[in-house]
Amino acid sequence: MKKLSARRRHPLAALVVLLFALAATGGLYAAFAPAEKAQADSSSQSLAIEQGKKLFAVGCSSCHGLNGQGTSDGPSLVGVGSAAVDFQVGTGRMPAQQPGAQVPAKRNIYPQDQIDQLAAYVASLGPGPVTPTKDQYTSSDPNDVAAGGELFRTNCSQCHNFAGKGGALTNGKYAPALDSTSPRHIYEAMQTGPQNMPSFPDSVMPEKQKRQIVAYVRHTAEAPSPGGMDLGSLGPVTEGLFGWIFGLGVLIAVAIWVAAHTTKAKKS
Amino acid sequence: MSQDMSEENLPERHGSEGHEVEPHADPFADPGLPPHEVRRTDIDERAARRAERQVALLFTVSMIATIAFIASYVAFDIDKIVFIWPFGHVSILNFALGITLGVALFCIGAGAVHWARTLMSDVEVADERHPIEASDEVRAKVIADFKQGADESAFGRRKLLRTTLIGSMALVPLSGVVLLRDLGPLPEKKLEHTGWDKATPASPIKLVSMNTDEPLKAEDIQVGSLVFAKPQGLAESAENFQEAIATDAVMLVRIAPQDIKDRASGKLGFDGILAYSKICTHVGCPISLYEQQTHHVLCPCHQSTFDLSDGARVIFGPAGHPLPQLAIKTDTDGNLIATGDFNAPVGPSYWERA
Repeated sequence: MKKLSARRRHPLAALVVLLFALAATGGLYAAFAPAEKAQADSSSQSLAIEQGKKLFAVGCSSCHGLNGQGTSDGPSLVGVGSAAVDFQVGTGRMPAQQPGAQVPAKRNIYPQDQIDQLAAYVASLGPGPVTPTKDQYTSSDPNDVAAGGELFRTNCSQCHNFAGKGGALTNGKYAPALDSTSPRHIYEAMQTGPQNMPSFPDSVMPEKQKRQIVAYVRHTAEAPSPGGMDLGSLGPVTEGLFGWIFGLGVLIAVAIWVAAHTTKAKKS
Repeated sequence: MSQDMSEENLPERHGSEGHEVEPHADPFADPGLPPHEVRRTDIDERAARRAERQVALLFTVSMIATIAFIASYVAFDIDKIVFIWPFGHVSILNFALGITLGVALFCIGAGAVHWARTLMSDVEVADERHPIEASDEVRAKVIADFKQGADESAFGRRKLLRTTLIGSMALVPLSGVVLLRDLGPLPEKKLEHTGWDKATPASPIKLVSMNTDEPLKAEDIQVGSLVFAKPQGLAESAENFQEAIATDAVMLVRIAPQDIKDRASGKLGFDGILAYSKICTHVGCPISLYEQQTHHVLCPCHQSTFDLSDGARVIFGPAGHPLPQLAIKTDTDGNLIATGDFNAPVGPSYWERA
């Protein structure tokens, strides 16, 4: 002890202490840090990542960079998670056709197993939202539709319309209609916040509430409209326009037709 | 074309034999009514009978449609959906009720119009104008009656009665003026304050998620996410909930600190979490069409657009003020708390607004 204490003013003492401290911190971290899920070790997973990287290099890297780091043409994909890939590629939004205010949904050209490989590769770049499993977005409770409706009106209807028919935003952007979006993609959109949509992570909207919203959106899309011709479910705007133009138009046409046909014996 | 006309272009004033032509008769003379023209139904009894049958048929169709209305109300199930072109999938009950009631009403109207046009008399009848004023005798009588009434009431003679009557009549409208008090009282400082006003540094109010009813923690809110909050203690079952949430509603966003252009608004937030009023400053619509990449919020009513990264500055539209911001911090448990009211009155402008 005395020896040690005698050398405490040695020029290299600080360095030694620092090395000890670093080693201790690193060791403690290694001992206590939550073990990463050993997904990368399973051979099928690493194979998927490998395949995904190849697909990525062909289809995505021109905008997102060879390692998904992002370029001036596309954002970084580090940390977006597999859910974002499954949504963007699964709905045909990615690969994007052209730059613009908003990338529209179009026909998806990737089979699901290739999307999964791409997702596995992008997920390996950094932790992010994970593609949901079927029981995460499939609701079995019939009460979920009502609860989901309330959540939808609080969180979603401002942009997507109360019946999920979509609506306009600023400068050419828009909230798309949700009629034909699959439950999984609706769930993933809430998780990841694609494009200008804000995200609704589990911390502010638990998984159960997302499932309820999915149940409401699917119910609304599939429920028939008892009155027929819902005119976009936009409410009084389209209904009033229809009433004024077609309703009153027919009445005026009938009145003109009546007045144009004389009943006189001698037609003038 | 020149307005000056030479003499030879004017119509001849003199007959070929030199004497005066008859001057034209009054050019504005009343031409009178055109001659009445008969309808086929007036002269052809068979046509008249046919028209009668047509009208009767329309009325009969209306009766049948009304009976069909009642029958379909009884017969069809409200939940039965069928496909009818071009309406798509509709409730058969709604469709049947609408069609039958429409036919019933339309046929009454069409029958009445057809009846009037073909069978009711269409002879033109002129009703000459007459002076509006009454005849001299009637006027003299009214004046005489009025004078007699005034004399009999002694309104001019009994001055006390006259004065008190005028006084009472003059005072009656004061009741109406007093009732105007009920338009008040003036809001005083009420418009400047919301439910967050009760928060003080000593007793802060937690921000509670509208989704989960749980206090929001700073780490819950990720960059790019959007969540709505209300003050803790405001229950949805509370009697004044709607009134209170109309001023207290808050939208919480998190913007990466380097993207926040307005330093002052960044300081009112916590680590990039900004809390803004959800009420548009134009006419008070709830506003939360948030674009997470541009940080713009669009009001659906009149397209006012606010830039949340720049102190909710108005960048488009009719709104006159930026969205009020709620200063937030965290308590020792990491919950988001407010220690005071919004930094500006919530909602539309008003006269006394500073």
